[in-house]
Amino acid sequence: MNQEPIIETHNLSKIYGNQLAVNDLTFSIQEGEIFGFLGPNGSGKTTALLMLLGLTEPTKGWARVAGFDSTKEAIKVKKIVGYIPENIGFYDDMNAIQNLQFIARLNNMPDSVSSIKIEEALESVRLKEEAEKKVGAYSRGMRQRLGLAEIFIKEPRIAFLDEPTLGLDPEGTNWIIDYIQSLSRDKNITILLSSHDLKQVQKISDRIGIMLKGRMIAVGSIEKLAKEKLGVDDKEISLDDIYMKYFQEEAV
Amino acid sequence: MTGIGPIFRKELADHFSSYRFIILFALIAMVSLITTYMVGISLREELGGVAKPKFVFLMLFTSTGPLFSLVQFVAFFGPLIGLMLGFDSINRERSSGTLSRLAAQPIYRDSIINGKFLSGVATISIILISILLVVSGLGLKLIGVVPGFEEVWRIFLYLIISIFYISFWLGISILFSIVFRGIATSALATLAIWIFFSFFVSMGASVVANAIIPLDQSTREDTEMLMRHIRIQRIVSLISPMQLYNDSTAIIIDPTRKTTRSLVLMGPLERLSSERFRRPLSLSQSIYIVIPHIISLIAITFICFGVSYAVFMKQEIRST
Ligand SMILES: Nc1ncnc2c1ncn2[C@@H]1O[C@H](COP(=O)(O)OP(=O)(O)O)[C@@H](O)[C@H]1O
Ligand SMILES: [Mg+2]
Repeated sequence: MNQEPIIETHNLSKIYGNQLAVNDLTFSIQEGEIFGFLGPNGSGKTTALLMLLGLTEPTKGWARVAGFDSTKEAIKVKKIVGYIPENIGFYDDMNAIQNLQFIARLNNMPDSVSSIKIEEALESVRLKEEAEKKVGAYSRGMRQRLGLAEIFIKEPRIAFLDEPTLGLDPEGTNWIIDYIQSLSRDKNITILLSSHDLKQVQKISDRIGIMLKGRMIAVGSIEKLAKEKLGVDDKEISLDDIYMKYFQEEAV
Repeated sequence: MTGIGPIFRKELADHFSSYRFIILFALIAMVSLITTYMVGISLREELGGVAKPKFVFLMLFTSTGPLFSLVQFVAFFGPLIGLMLGFDSINRERSSGTLSRLAAQPIYRDSIINGKFLSGVATISIILISILLVVSGLGLKLIGVVPGFEEVWRIFLYLIISIFYISFWLGISILFSIVFRGIATSALATLAIWIFFSFFVSMGASVVANAIIPLDQSTREDTEMLMRHIRIQRIVSLISPMQLYNDSTAIIIDPTRKTTRSLVLMGPLERLSSERFRRPLSLSQSIYIVIPHIISLIAITFICFGVSYAVFMKQEIRST
């Protein structure tokens, strides 16, 4: 663990009006990790991801991704990061192939290369049968899978996945979680996975960071957090316990 | 300018496959053909037996048939083409959640609006060129006169100015789609600004002129004062791109004109001058007169594009 972290932030903060969305966030992720980025709704996860990707400017602090400054070298960061926004949107009147091809073109991928990869990707996310259907007719789960197909095609060094399991049934959730693990394992993609549900991500996360009101209140492997924060076995740990513990510590 | 190519191509395909475009195109084609047909028929009757005047082919575009001339139609309806092509270009991407995915690709953010603007300009050009070609063909058949070299040049210049004019409206509508989050809001706002410039600027101009030089019994008889009143009115109305466009195309496509003033607003002496009908302006003289107008038209297009840039680059990209 003495190599340069692939993602690093320092006092990263974002203020909207008088609302502190992200507050002095300092953390780092090593290459190859699956990092669970946890926290309830409104805790600042999406805002932090947007700043990491250069889509919004930090009010204070900085972020570096693979050595590039997220604000000043946003294009270089975007070249090596695949991003699935929360509530992912596609062009509803285009089919899956057309949607993916458009993104491939924006990444400077020649059509001859992308058409092969698109086929492979759709196969791997089990959308081959529906490839020619307009995406407007897709279910939520299918859309999330199509988003993952985009990551499969781009093969980025890092993937930011913002609540990819939001609103899915347990079966769909499990499938997505397993698929993310395979992306990490087979393609060696570093994964920053945001979620508000610890249970969903604890199976695959090497480490987790817990956000609350814009602050990262705890970070580490799940076992370490369970032992240090709660003194329990990691099987029983839940986010609510950690929040409780945190508030108790604050109160002291 | 990475990313502009794929965005341009996608937007162009979107335009040409949309119902919006098909309906718009059908409407314009229909009105143009009917207008040309009526004007062509009446020109043929009027000119039967008489020696043909020099620029008879251009009269196809400038003669008012029973309703309006083709040039008037484009001036009035053209803005709607630009507005319809752009009013939802950014806010639709935002509300459907595609904007954040698009902005997360390794492209410059300005490529998004550049690509959209250029594809709109290409669409506008294709509409205008095809309409002009069809109208010219039909006119040729109806009046049986082949346009002269200078007439072709004038039609070409008219086309270029018209593309700029409609692109200005496209720029306005893209700006509104950036500023307003709701698609219905931006649609209403574009309509409002179109109505404002179509109707209220000319009204406002006469109000301003009246305030500075009231037209009463004494000033009405004083030609000097009357002229000044009219001049003020004209200067104020030049803030309207429609006025800029009307004035410049009138000179280009109607060579018998000498000033950018329309006939009714012309001073009494000018109106009486018969020279106007004897020696039409040369092409270079016409261009010389309208250059300032064209530059203003291009300038306001760029200003509104610059504002779009500034707003869009600062804006939060978020899917929720
Ligand atoms: N554009 C914005 N303007 C004002 N406040 C915002 C904006 N975006 C997010 N916020 C606020 O910032 C906080 C963090 O939001 P977000 O990053 O979306 O949290 P999460 O992704 O963890 O649910 C929330 O309180 C939210 O209301
Ligand atoms: Mg979020």
